Amino acid sequence: MDWPALVLSLKLASATTLVLLPIGVILGRLLAFHTFRGKRWVEAAITLPLVLPPTVLGYYLLIALGVASPIGQAWQALTGETLVFSFSGLLIASVVFNLPFAIQPLQRAFEGVGQDLRHAAWVGGLSTLATFRKVELPLAWPGLLSALVLTFTHTLGEFGVVLMVGGAIPGETRTIAISIYDRVQAFDTAAAGIMSAFLLLSAFLAIAVVYGVGARAVRLRG
Amino acid sequence: MGSAPGRCASVAEIPDTSGPGLRVRLAQAGPIPLAVELACRPGELHAIVGPSGAGKTTLLKAIAGLYRPREGQITSGPSVWFDAAAGTWLAPQARRVGLVFQAYALFPHMSAQANVETSLATQPRAERAARALALLAQVGLEDKAHRRPADLSGGEQQRVALARALARAPDVLLLDEPFAAVDRRTRRRLQQDLVTLRRTLPIPILLVTHDLDEARALADQMSVLHEGKVLQTGTPDEVMTRPASDLVADLLDLTPR
Repeated sequence: MDWPALVLSLKLASATTLVLLPIGVILGRLLAFHTFRGKRWVEAAITLPLVLPPTVLGYYLLIALGVASPIGQAWQALTGETLVFSFSGLLIASVVFNLPFAIQPLQRAFEGVGQDLRHAAWVGGLSTLATFRKVELPLAWPGLLSALVLTFTHTLGEFGVVLMVGGAIPGETRTIAISIYDRVQAFDTAAAGIMSAFLLLSAFLAIAVVYGVGARAVRLRG
Repeated sequence: MGSAPGRCASVAEIPDTSGPGLRVRLAQAGPIPLAVELACRPGELHAIVGPSGAGKTTLLKAIAGLYRPREGQITSGPSVWFDAAAGTWLAPQARRVGLVFQAYALFPHMSAQANVETSLATQPRAERAARALALLAQVGLEDKAHRRPADLSGGEQQRVALARALARAPDVLLLDEPFAAVDRRTRRRLQQDLVTLRRTLPIPILLVTHDLDEARALADQMSVLHEGKVLQTGTPDEVMTRPASDLVADLLDLTPR
């Protein structure tokens, strides 16, 4: 077992989830309750990481974050380090490829709440914030939990984007999924097997939790 | 407010001043066409009838502050809720409107009592529970205060929605097809409850319905709405015996279901 890789993966997954949660709530809610011009395009762009080959996404992120790009140069001027092949760059990439996993469950959950309930709350005198706290969130929490679990687990397992943007620097960008690949290349199937089993189990548990919560939520709403 | 609470106030009893009650004038060409003018005095029940898609719900939403039309004014007594020319638009929270939604829109994760309490947010916290229970008692549901909407019958849900609307101490009560989702027997009883309620509720009531018998039985005034336009307003008898146009006659023949 490559412990530093596992620790790094857990760190990346936690950070990604933390960063993506507010973004997911804001964008998911926006898409659920508002119609605006170009909404379909925004939705398509958010879904893109789901269908795009990770190497393609990774390639564009590498270009966008690289030393020749404005973002990469600004980062370098600010911190003195390159953004690509660093944990920070990996985190940005991770946030991007997890957008659909965070936003879609939240969007569906807020859509499930429906406009009428929000309207009823407003007409009853509840502020927008109170409506969010008392009506939207208590009804959309299964979506929130799904977003959390899916983002976390998916980050643990992402390979292509991580390799393209992060390389495989031990302790910095070599996540557990990369480590498995390295172990197989080195004919260390025992270590690869243990790590693969760990990822398999965590992914299975995550999906079970998401389904379990979904079923519970359906029962609650009757 | 100046109405006769002792019995159903008939139109003639209330002097037609420009002051009290709800006054609505809305106009826009699109996206949803609207050409509405109506007044509803305190204690008066004004029915809005028309086929589905006539803009009945849009009209109620505009009054509640949930939909902002391009042109027009909405006033309730002395307070201006909407005045397009002056750029006035009060948020739904700033209007005192009781709205019973067509599908009730009860909060499914809250008990009946908690549902009613959401409309008491301006009251002191300590008084909310007692006030909510009193309102539920008023609609005959004090013993089911702790049930969630899913554990209540359709008629009971409607009464919780009504209690929640009244909890707001509204200046105007809006009812969007409140009897559409219940069986005929429950509907009779709920309609009877509304008649009783009106005696103690001296505020304008707008009732959206597509049921002409209901309008005839409950309403003092009736407006026929078609494609966002009020085609005719009068007492239900007037409108039904003397429709202003062939279209009104057509619509009234088509509407009963």
